[in-house]
This record gives sequence, C-alpha cells and structure tokens, in this order.
Amino acid sequence: MRDVRDALMVARNTDGKLIRRPLSPHLQVYRWPVSMAISILHRVTGVGLGLGTLLLTWWLVAAAVSDDAFARVQWFLATPIGMLLLFGWTLALFFHFFAGIRHLVWDAGYGFEQPWYDRTAWAVVIATVAATLLLWIVGFAVW
Amino acid sequence: MANAPRTPHVDILRSPLGRARGLGSARAGAAHWWTQRITSLALVPLTLWFLCAMIRMLGATRDDIVYWMAGPLPIVLMIALVIATFHHLQAGLQVVIEDYVTNDALRIGSILLLKGLSLLLALACIISVLRLGL
Repeated sequence: MRDVRDALMVARNTDGKLIRRPLSPHLQVYRWPVSMAISILHRVTGVGLGLGTLLLTWWLVAAAVSDDAFARVQWFLATPIGMLLLFGWTLALFFHFFAGIRHLVWDAGYGFEQPWYDRTAWAVVIATVAATLLLWIVGFAVW
Repeated sequence: MANAPRTPHVDILRSPLGRARGLGSARAGAAHWWTQRITSLALVPLTLWFLCAMIRMLGATRDDIVYWMAGPLPIVLMIALVIATFHHLQAGLQVVIEDYVTNDALRIGSILLLKGLSLLLALACIISVLRLGL
C-alpha cells in the first residue's frame, strides 16, 4: 500500500474475502457522447487559452515598450503561423465561452435533463463555429 | 421491533485512516469554486467587449492604441479583463494540475509555479496598460 488512497481501495466481498475494489470504467471504454467530448474540450481549450495569454501579454508589453517591439509582434501575428495561432485562439475562446455559459446554467440548477443536456452540447458546437467564422469574416471585412 | 435499540454506530462518512492522515477537505473548496464562477461571469461581458475592441483595432498603429487606451473606459476594462482572466486561469489550471499530478512535490511545485507565473504575467499586462493609457 502506497498511501491512504490505496488503503481505501481495499474491501471485503460478500464471502468475506479481502479484495481490491474495482475502478469505474475509464475513458477508453466509453463510446464518445457529445457531452463527454464537450467536457474534455472545455478543459483542453482552457489550457490552450492559458498559453494564449502569453500572446496577449507579449502584445500589450510590446505596445507599451517601443515601436520596434510592437512592429515585431504585429509582423508575427500577420505571418501564417501567427494567423493560425490567432484563429485557434478565437476558436478556443468561443468554445470555452459557450461551454462555460452551459456550465453556469448547470450551476443555476438547469439543463441536466435529456434532451436538453445533448441539445445544449450541440448548441455549444454550432455557436462556436458560427461565432468564430462571423468574427473572422467581420475582421477581414474591416481590415 | 420498531423500538429495538439501534446498533451503536458512528455517523461519519470519512474513513478513520483518512482522518488520521489528515488528507481531505481543507474547508476551502467552496471559495475556490465560487472564484471560478464569479470570474467566469465577469469574463462574459469583458471578453465580448475585448473582441469588439480588437476588431476595431485591426491594423491600428501604436499611436492609435495609445490614443484608444487613454480613454476612461478602455483602460479600466482592460485592467479588469486582465485581472479576471489571470485569476480565472490560475484557478482553473490549479484544478487540472491537482487532477493529474499525483506526486506531492511535483504537484505543489507546479501549482506554486502556476500561481507565480500568472501573477507576473498579470502584473506585466497591467503595467503595460497603465504605461499605454496614462
């Protein structure tokens, strides 16, 4: 036994024999319902947006420091890699935004019942794609 | 048999070993949970405002940004956005680390690193906003 978490896995079965408690089935056992994909993506996009704050910080600091530094960050963001990062950032942001609102609705006590549980999951996907495309279309129109 | 004396028992759901080892609730779980919700609530309007602002700033020169940031609303909302973003980020990533890193030293170390980095990045952003806008 390594620690208390291990100790809590020990139990007796109906014959009184000492056994190790079974673990609940893990991720790879399930088929992928949309709600599970959304839940995992919410975490993944959260971590991704954390990395995205480095870009925000770079942009703000460069703007505050000098013309040269700001020109560099603006140049980088206009490169294909920069554009791809920005696109990924907006996609992740909108996803985390909409999935987060779904979480807040749950926190208020609503939306746990089917069919709304799955419907709102799909709504998050659709809203994310629509909002991201809209933002980039408006962006290119204004630019 | 309704009045039969009940077997002596203890109404506690935590294992005696768990109690002895002192693992478990530090009674701060609800505060952390609320931090995540409240910062996310604040980030809903702030993020939408930020995206609209960035669309309008596309192709802006550094002078444009200085001029824009000097407005009373942008400077306040940018700082609010930065605080809410990094506070939300460190609270969320802490849970991710707690979920996946089982080694005590590594877990505590990476959480401390996360909090320190978040604070430094937030300060860098806030000071940059102040330098631009003031």
